[in-house]
Amino acid sequence: MNASTLRLFTFAAPSRFYALTGWLIPVCWVATLAFTAAGLYMGFFVAPTDATQGEAYRIIFIHVPAAWMSMVLYLVMAFWAGVGWAFNARMASMLARAIAPTGAMFTFLALWTGAFWGKPTWGTWWVWDARLTTELILLFLYLGYIALVNAIDDMRRADQAGALLALVGSVNVPIIYFSVKWWNTLHQGATISMTAAPKMASTMLTAMLLLTVAFWAYAFAVVFTRARAIAVERESHAGWVADLLKTTIKP
Amino acid sequence: MTWNSASEFFAMGGYGLYVWGSYAAAAALMLLEPLLAQHRHRQALRDAAAQTDPTETDQ
Repeated sequence: MNASTLRLFTFAAPSRFYALTGWLIPVCWVATLAFTAAGLYMGFFVAPTDATQGEAYRIIFIHVPAAWMSMVLYLVMAFWAGVGWAFNARMASMLARAIAPTGAMFTFLALWTGAFWGKPTWGTWWVWDARLTTELILLFLYLGYIALVNAIDDMRRADQAGALLALVGSVNVPIIYFSVKWWNTLHQGATISMTAAPKMASTMLTAMLLLTVAFWAYAFAVVFTRARAIAVERESHAGWVADLLKTTIKP
Repeated sequence: MTWNSASEFFAMGGYGLYVWGSYAAAAALMLLEPLLAQHRHRQALRDAAAQTDPTETDQ
């Protein structure tokens, strides 16, 4: 192994990961609070009333970021689960497990806020539309992954089985994303397009993007916290945990 | 400013239930999840300490 690969894998060691995230987590929380405050201010006090949907549209400021996070986190989870499986990297598998509950939470939030937005605008809480159905499948994939890795006692086998499920399930993510194009859905098209000019007022867009950054920072903070917990749980007999316990006050 | 009074703000043009129902769920889950994660971290440290303590005879 040469020097550059060594550097690349430095933070793959749970001890290094633990130390690095120890100071990253507070930074993430400060960013979460700052961007949430800015996003909510923009969303409720600067962005105008929507011409067609009235005030109900303000759900978009959390609905779209939550839906984005639900899809991105799934792909990140599948990626780390795959890395953990392919390279037998302990921290990667632990990270995949740490992401799953946060991804499931954002998926639930996307569905919940979608229902609360659908009721006043479509007249129904739920419809078996392509976008909604594939997002519900995403929630089941997260829950299935969590159930699977917890059901198998052999940790390595559990990680491998989870990785297989996560990787196969990642096919669903592009289906969710393109569902509004491929099928004639009740759900509206993509809010943000890389190829077309934004169709919403710039203050609305700003509020949504600020909350997206806030959700990202939140996800990093929570996932890192959970990953540290998993690392200590799994490696409680390792030297680095013993060193850690010496330096922290005994609970 | 869109709102003339606090009650107008909370009414959300008649969509109060839907807007606040969405934001309340987000706030509740995004406060609960970090607390659960932090609790799990503290518990992991406590369990690790309990496991290693009996072997620490040198201190």
